[in-house]
Amino acid sequence: MDPYISISELSFRRGERLIYDRLSVDFPRGKVTAIMGPSGTGKTTLLRLIGGQLKPDQGSVVVAGQRVNELSRRQLFELRREKMGMLFQTGALFTDLSVFDNVAFPLRTHTDLPETMIRDLVLMKLEAVGLRGARDLMPSELSGGMARRVALARSIAMDPELMLYDEPFTGLDPISMGMIVKLIRALSEALGLTSLLVSHDVEESCSIADYLCLVSDGRVIGFGPPDELLHEGNDEVRQFLRGDPDGPVPFHYPAADYRQELLSS
Amino acid sequence: MQMRNVELTVGAFMIMGIVALVLMAFRVSGLTQQATSDTYTLKARFENLAGLNERAKVSMSGVTIGRVTKVYLDQEWYSAVVEMEINADVETLTRDTSAAILTAGLLGEKYIGLTVGADPEYLEDGDWIEDTQSALVLEELIGRFLFNKAEEG
Amino acid sequence: MMVQRLGRRGVSAMQSMGRAAILFYRSLLWGGPGSAGWRDLLQQIHAVGVRSLSIIIVAGFFVGMVLGLQGYTILIDFGSEAALGTMVSLTLLRELGPVMTALLFAGRAGSALTAEIGLMKTTEQLSAMEMMGVDPLKRVITPRLWAGMIAVPILALLFSTVGIWGGAFVAVDLLGIDEGAYWGNMQASVEFYEDVVKGIVKSVVFGLVVTWIAVFQGYDSVPTSEGIGKATTQTVVVSSLAVLGLDFVLTAIMLGGV
Repeated sequence: MDPYISISELSFRRGERLIYDRLSVDFPRGKVTAIMGPSGTGKTTLLRLIGGQLKPDQGSVVVAGQRVNELSRRQLFELRREKMGMLFQTGALFTDLSVFDNVAFPLRTHTDLPETMIRDLVLMKLEAVGLRGARDLMPSELSGGMARRVALARSIAMDPELMLYDEPFTGLDPISMGMIVKLIRALSEALGLTSLLVSHDVEESCSIADYLCLVSDGRVIGFGPPDELLHEGNDEVRQFLRGDPDGPVPFHYPAADYRQELLSS
Repeated sequence: MQMRNVELTVGAFMIMGIVALVLMAFRVSGLTQQATSDTYTLKARFENLAGLNERAKVSMSGVTIGRVTKVYLDQEWYSAVVEMEINADVETLTRDTSAAILTAGLLGEKYIGLTVGADPEYLEDGDWIEDTQSALVLEELIGRFLFNKAEEG
Repeated sequence: MMVQRLGRRGVSAMQSMGRAAILFYRSLLWGGPGSAGWRDLLQQIHAVGVRSLSIIIVAGFFVGMVLGLQGYTILIDFGSEAALGTMVSLTLLRELGPVMTALLFAGRAGSALTAEIGLMKTTEQLSAMEMMGVDPLKRVITPRLWAGMIAVPILALLFSTVGIWGGAFVAVDLLGIDEGAYWGNMQASVEFYEDVVKGIVKSVVFGLVVTWIAVFQGYDSVPTSEGIGKATTQTVVVSSLAVLGLDFVLTAIMLGGV
């Protein structure tokens, strides 16, 4: 396996809480990997650590051969500009710019291309997400699914090598969700992207991911192709993938013995 | 909002600012009076300025004919020296012109009042006004008054 | 307990000041007014300056009229109502123009800036910019800081101008003071450098400080609707206090002969 991102011995704490404790994991180049796990385990935090928006307390994050956590501000911006794209949960479109200008924003900021060429590029990206006709709309006029597709077009505008998706399926109707699933898969294959997506929708993630990476309590509890994990993973992994209400992750929050507590009063 | 409109309104905004600045300069702080082109300098020695400032008016018969440009202490004589610029068109100040430090109103600002004499020759650039009269200092007046009273009594 | 709480508050206040200083350092020091494009600067001057114009002009006119009326009743007792023009203009140019403008600006434009940037943070627009390799400090904060520094002195000048004419309206047209006395005395005692220029210097500082506080509160806000509301209030409170405090310091320095 040829890792595009490699994380080793990473520890990260937020306040008193230890979110990652010496986490080590590699993400393969050119594949779609879904990071999954129960809510509140810091999956989004992991994306931010990879994108350099957060700095780990210990350990290292290496993306495309560069140690993200040791780059200067300038180098970090350069790495993001040239190699990374990120799709945010809400889309994060610039509300004061039209759809066209949103997609053109990275191109206008980072390149000196003439306006006619920018126009062609933007229309190509918008065509790829099926929204070429919506170019003159403002973000407030878009539905949630459309906003996310525009944001996707914007994040691939600079042709990144790595795409990070933060909860791309949350809060979408089934049709929009189907479109996003198809787009992520299609873009990854067509552009040879390395993709990381954070989600807790098991079905959708399994349908597009080459690998699953299950995270719980700051550790990786399972890594591998979806089928393999479903059949050969340990109990905790299987519980999560099948959605069992009780198992290694208990239904009951830790408490004193039930009988004793009732009788003691 | 269209970029064109933004440019237009911001342009108008800037111009309003400049107009306000110009009004401040000429209408409010009266820079025009200073900007008179030709002047000549006279000097005068006073015992006490009592609050006469640079840029104070120099007037004759109530008409402003110049401004004080410099105020300093003559270390040899231990007296104040005032340099003033007089408008060049006021060219017939006689040699025995006298200068007095006066006050506009009871609490108003100090200015220099000039009164011409009868000398046939005129003052020229850099000349000294010999006949000067210092400002009335209230404390000194009171002091003198009390002293006289004490002598009488 | 008390001491501990106080200590914690002190530490967190110090931390925010540190973060505010870093924001200032990264956004203003390395970017000239046009570093994010002149288009952005113009748009921001429009947003904070042009849109504050009406409130500034109306407020300036009323303040000038009140000064005229109050000054008249005070000065008439000393028989020196001819000094009314001097009093109105000096009060406006030295103090009320810069200070009132900064306070109104904090309420009108400062709070809007905080809300705008707070919303950009809440909707992850700032994060999205970062991940595109665009520094939001340079792209979003820098043009706003410059716009504040440019717009506030202009607004303050307009405030004073309108106020002086408002005072003239009351003094000359309503109270019957001689027009020549009003303007003449004013021209004799107002000095362009001492009064006008120093007033402008003051308002440049106020503009920078108010805008700085506003953008910082937005940038540092807790990204929820509650957090934005709190940050907006903070902007108005903190920047008003900062303006009044700074006014004293600046006045002391300027009277000290700087």
